[in-house]
Amino acid sequence: MSPHSSCADNNMMSTISQWLPYLAQGALVTVKITLLSGVVAMLLALISGLGRLSALKPIRWLAGGYIELFRAASLLVLLFWVYFALPIAGLDLSKTWSAVLAIGLNIGAYGGEIVRSAIQAIPKGQYEASVALNLSPLARMRSVILPQAIARMLPPMGNLWIEMLKSTSLVYFITMADLTYEAMILRNNYYTDTPLIFGLLLLIYYVMASCIAVPVKWLERKLTAWR
Amino acid sequence: MWSWDYAMEVSLVLLRALPAALLAAFSGFIIAATVGLAIAALVRSRFTAVRRIASGVAHFIRSTPLLVQLFFLYYSLPMLVPVSMTAFWTGAIGLGLHYSTYMSEVYRSGIDALPKGQWEASTALNLSKRRTWLSVILPQAIPPVLPIMGNYLIVIFKETPTLSAITYIELLLRAKNEASISYRVFEPYTIAGIIFIVVSLIMSFLVGRLEKGWRRRTSA
Repeated sequence: MSPHSSCADNNMMSTISQWLPYLAQGALVTVKITLLSGVVAMLLALISGLGRLSALKPIRWLAGGYIELFRAASLLVLLFWVYFALPIAGLDLSKTWSAVLAIGLNIGAYGGEIVRSAIQAIPKGQYEASVALNLSPLARMRSVILPQAIARMLPPMGNLWIEMLKSTSLVYFITMADLTYEAMILRNNYYTDTPLIFGLLLLIYYVMASCIAVPVKWLERKLTAWR
Repeated sequence: MWSWDYAMEVSLVLLRALPAALLAAFSGFIIAATVGLAIAALVRSRFTAVRRIASGVAHFIRSTPLLVQLFFLYYSLPMLVPVSMTAFWTGAIGLGLHYSTYMSEVYRSGIDALPKGQWEASTALNLSKRRTWLSVILPQAIPPVLPIMGNYLIVIFKETPTLSAITYIELLLRAKNEASISYRVFEPYTIAGIIFIVVSLIMSFLVGRLEKGWRRRTSA
């Protein structure tokens, strides 16, 4: 390697190390939004997924209506609506909570379908056996159906979490200082390094997505070990 | 808070931006369907290196946000290679590349569902690789997965607002511009949201009919 190119490499490394504190700050915001939206989405998924299988018609309709409506909506438009339009209607949420609400509502609707189909995939015999053993409906759900359904839900839920991580980049539009936003600011200051900044940004998202995929794979193996 | 007169006026403005959104969605879909097929074929290649590279690249594209990919294509690519694309083409190619990785999985599920005998019979008949794919495998593998592909068209359509980040004027950017002119935000964003929901529901109704029609034909 010529002295010139190694010098350029050193320069590149020192530039990247100057960026890292900003990117780390942004990454933290991205992780925070992913986790908060994840809690909202998983709750909504469980409620709407179970609601769609309820014996009561109004509950079925309500859950079905929520799932169909929010799956048909565009997440970015929903985010704009929650952040810009909802305050006019009297609900003024911070950037964080606007993002969490919009992403949570949207991803929760997709999750509801995953919960529903996983529960419906459990063989009928499992229900009949629980009835024969005189288990209460709650015990039947908690001890027999859900543990088996969760093993089925895991792979699609893992993918959904990655979709959620990716969708947090949309908070850039409401000027929240997430990973994408920090990178755009760096780009203003280091314009000639634009390709490097975006390349690095893609790499960071890829690593974060792997941080979801790897433990999900491990958990999946663990939960299906009995098969 | 809500003015019906203004709502009507802004509806017409927004509906005029709908063709641009649909055009970007359809173009992205066609690119995704084509590139997705290429990926599906590459991950079945005889060569280990080709298989690994194809599935690695697809995995990388699927694990990173569309928004960042659009920024990369729009702002970085012209600095790396001497090409510059319009916002429309960047958007269509960005959507197409991103969803090609999903589409390749759809093709894969269609191909994997075929009995192994189809491949063996093609070998026994001494068909070339090309004939096997074009005359035996794809004509059987694609029709059953068409409804799933149709669902991805809807997903792509709902992603078109992301193209506003690279200045492509679709529904959301039009709504944003309207809001900045009139200083009224409630109507433009609400109507933009309703248009997306209505168009998505219409599209999913059409996909459902396609699926039913297909089932009837195969069972007859």
